[in-house]
Amino acid sequence: MDMNEIKEIFFQECEEQLAELESGLLKLNDGDRDPETVNAVFRAVHSIKGGAGAFGLDDLVAFAHVFETTLDCVRSNKLEPNQDVLKVMLKSADVLADLTNAARDGGYVDESRSRALVKELEALANGEVPVASAEAPKAQPKPAVAAPTDDSGFQPIPFNFDGFDEDETPADAGQVYEISFKPRRDLYSKGNEAALLLRDLSRIGEMSINCDLESLPDLDKLDPEESYVSWMISLRTTRSEDEIRAVFEFAEWDCDLEVRAAEASPSGEELPMVPVPFDLSILNDDASAEAPAPSPTRDAAETPAAAAETATEASKMAAAAARVERKESAAATAAAAAASNTAAAAAGQTIRVDLDRVDRLINLVGELVINQAMLSQSVIENDTTGTSSINMGLEELQQLTREIQDSVMAIRAQPVKPVFQRMSRIVREVADMVGKSIRLVTEGENTEVDKTVIDKLAEPLTHMIRNAVDHGIETPEKREAAGKDPEGTIKLTAKHRSGRIVIELVDDGAGINRERVRQKAIDNDLIAADANLTDEEIDNLIFAPGFSTADKISDISGRGVGMDVVKRSIQALGGRISISSRPGQGSTFTMSLPLTLAVLDGMVVTVAGQTLVVPLTAIVETLQPEAAAVHSFGANQRLISIRNSFCPLVDVGRILNFRSTQANPVEGVALLVESEGGGQRALMVDAIQGQRQVVIKSLEANYTHVPGIAAATILGDGRVALILDVDAVVAASRGQSLKPEMSLAATG
Amino acid sequence: MSYAVKSVSQGDRELIAFRIGDQEFCVNIMSVREIRGWTPATPLPHAPAYVLGVINLRGAVLPIIDLSARLGMKASEPTARHVIIVAQVKSRVVGLLVEAVSDILTITDDNIQPVPEVSSDLEKQYAWGILAIDKRMICMIELGSLFPETESEAA
Amino acid sequence: MKKKVLTVDDSRTIRNMLLVTLNNAGFETFQAEDGVEGLEVLEGANPDVIVTDINMPRLDGFGFIEGVRRNEKYRAVPILVLTTESDAEKKNRARQAGATGWIVKPFDPAKLIDAIERVTA
Repeated sequence: MDMNEIKEIFFQECEEQLAELESGLLKLNDGDRDPETVNAVFRAVHSIKGGAGAFGLDDLVAFAHVFETTLDCVRSNKLEPNQDVLKVMLKSADVLADLTNAARDGGYVDESRSRALVKELEALANGEVPVASAEAPKAQPKPAVAAPTDDSGFQPIPFNFDGFDEDETPADAGQVYEISFKPRRDLYSKGNEAALLLRDLSRIGEMSINCDLESLPDLDKLDPEESYVSWMISLRTTRSEDEIRAVFEFAEWDCDLEVRAAEASPSGEELPMVPVPFDLSILNDDASAEAPAPSPTRDAAETPAAAAETATEASKMAAAAARVERKESAAATAAAAAASNTAAAAAGQTIRVDLDRVDRLINLVGELVINQAMLSQSVIENDTTGTSSINMGLEELQQLTREIQDSVMAIRAQPVKPVFQRMSRIVREVADMVGKSIRLVTEGENTEVDKTVIDKLAEPLTHMIRNAVDHGIETPEKREAAGKDPEGTIKLTAKHRSGRIVIELVDDGAGINRERVRQKAIDNDLIAADANLTDEEIDNLIFAPGFSTADKISDISGRGVGMDVVKRSIQALGGRISISSRPGQGSTFTMSLPLTLAVLDGMVVTVAGQTLVVPLTAIVETLQPEAAAVHSFGANQRLISIRNSFCPLVDVGRILNFRSTQANPVEGVALLVESEGGGQRALMVDAIQGQRQVVIKSLEANYTHVPGIAAATILGDGRVALILDVDAVVAASRGQSLKPEMSLAATG
Repeated sequence: MSYAVKSVSQGDRELIAFRIGDQEFCVNIMSVREIRGWTPATPLPHAPAYVLGVINLRGAVLPIIDLSARLGMKASEPTARHVIIVAQVKSRVVGLLVEAVSDILTITDDNIQPVPEVSSDLEKQYAWGILAIDKRMICMIELGSLFPETESEAA
Repeated sequence: MKKKVLTVDDSRTIRNMLLVTLNNAGFETFQAEDGVEGLEVLEGANPDVIVTDINMPRLDGFGFIEGVRRNEKYRAVPILVLTTESDAEKKNRARQAGATGWIVKPFDPAKLIDAIERVTA
């Protein structure tokens, strides 16, 4: 792993942290005051800052730092996270996301916005109420938040390690310091060791040590954790006093330390003690290999050297209990290691896999399904006994293939949460732009759907949300005048329903202005001036190509892009969309999408000599029409009576132009289907071949969208079969042409 | 004079020539992925007459174009002798039904003659040059102009 | 024998950096994602030194340090805290909990290795 890979991990993690941040802030916004929620929010920003710092992403660090400081105030209950505060924080989360993107691939950052937010955040941290208007009193210049006050008295000292590798300090220069070092008990209990500190000290100069053992008690009275030994050190070094103190940085509070420059002459002879090179070998695992050269003053040094050794021993004693135990328990360690491995495995039950690998697996399984089907078919064709073990083996293979496919698909299933979370930002920003007050409520965000669907969901959903904020919800004034809560609500829900995911977008706005929509449709030649349309049909006119209810092209809802584009992108996903609206109370958009774009459970049928696949989810039941149940209706309509109600019969072969005259219903099979908002229809096909899971293949990849056809698949015989778009066929059966575009509104 | 043995150097073009009826056409070899025999295609509803349908090409769905019909000549009646030229056209892969592949040519730009003024818009649209080789006339086809990106067109 | 380091940090980025840095410096590295996991893997890792973050879910760095120090076997093992310069108060709390020293963020491989060298023999 190199730094670039870690950087990529960092950005992935940022995405997760940003999602965490936003969902936490939204929880706080809903009144959640769980300290853990605040902590999680704080941690998210803290983590981003930490990683960004490591990669030198200064802009990101600077903003995250200010944000973190303000969040810390919330954490320590100095700042109440009320709506105004959270508004600033949610905006800050957005800017943090922008900065992250900018750091990743140079995305756009609105710098004036980020500067303004830094000011707002700092004001909050300084205990000022959010500035509501430009006339609010100017923030008093206070000490910048970024300049920390160090209440513990600790001063960060840049520690210079440059000298560590130097073999010796030049003797011709330097100052002699006298250092008195008396560790307290706490020094050892925090895992520091006097010997190590002395070792480090010895590295920055020439040193002699005098060990004071006076307070060392008799062995039987010795508390191995108490500190009895103190040292007087004489150090000749070119370093400053600060640098000497920095050696004791970690131990500063747990010892009595005095450092003072000796007034003696620079020559060593006048030192109060005989200088002895501090023997570091005792600290090395491999002492013999690195034993220092014998000191020229070895004889004279004997006593202090012994003292130093004693000192080291004494400090070692402090940890003795632990060390002994460590050895004793060596055997138990292996077992413990095994146990902890299990624990670690339980804690981390996810792995990250490159999406390409999963996609490759899915494609391979798709091929496997087709091959298995082809194999089955050829065995059936060639095997007349029908009871052979081959047949049984094939059935098992089919079962296994199916299970493998389901499991593989499950790998790619993801909750819609990230997409929903993105929407809350869009609501905030657009509402801000148009001066509306809107809250977004989400439900069912853990509903899972294939990643490919999720990726393609964001765009149409974004468009719809913008539309709802811009056109759906009224201004606060209008809402108040209408006796509504000045704050509008947009509710976004996701749920599974009969093998599809249904996403609903409900706003409590004014609803569709049918008069205006109708007039617009007439003006645009979408409908005849005297067309007789139901409310539902008028509402659905907004999906007509080129239809846009905004009188002016709005930057918010997109430049000339209308709901027809939304409808088309939903259809491209094999989905459908409809709207229902109640004047004055709001609109509901309902989208239904397949859970995956890869496979489909279908009924394989024959129509005019062609093999077609009808999605099983659309089929309510199948029936064999009897002559008595089929009734002619008008010039060329036919109805079938099912349990005392009449349902229009639709000849699929005729609709798809596979034949020029209608087939005789009695000779075929009727599939009773239910379409999104379209009621029931009986689709006439010639025969049913069977049910099968099919692998969905795009027609658009090499060709184009085909009206009435959702996609293609490859059957057991290796030939392409088309998958019927039931909704489009039903819509066409209402007298609407499949060409050029099966929009409800395209007709008059 | 054989053009096929000439090694390809700067300015040379390699072309695949094929027959439709009594005429010869050619396309740039760089756009040809493979050549395969005819297999029955699955018809597509509401498709133009020159779109015969789709076939399975190793898991991908490939539209089959009757090039004769597309070039405004009479529709083919595909037989086992027909071949499909699988060609890359912009971002898509299509299968072109032709009667037979006749030659692989290496030419230089000097071999290319301009298309004479003709009245038909269709020819003007797809033909971008004419080759005269061994008394044969071979029309160079620009595939991109035959199959514009159809996304918006169809919608 | 390689020195063993246990790192505890909830940030995947920092964990990866610690891992790369420590492995390159010749340490044997054990990792945990938060204080709870840190205490769980403590026995198995049997570290010579511990490096921990402060802000973590489930069990933060203070709690983790206290937990380590309560364990007879590990109460003298050096513990280094990853902290930011502005966090003097946090540093103090970490010390009170029993931290040996600290490494000031932003994360810098050289600083990390130096600090570990300082507290280990």
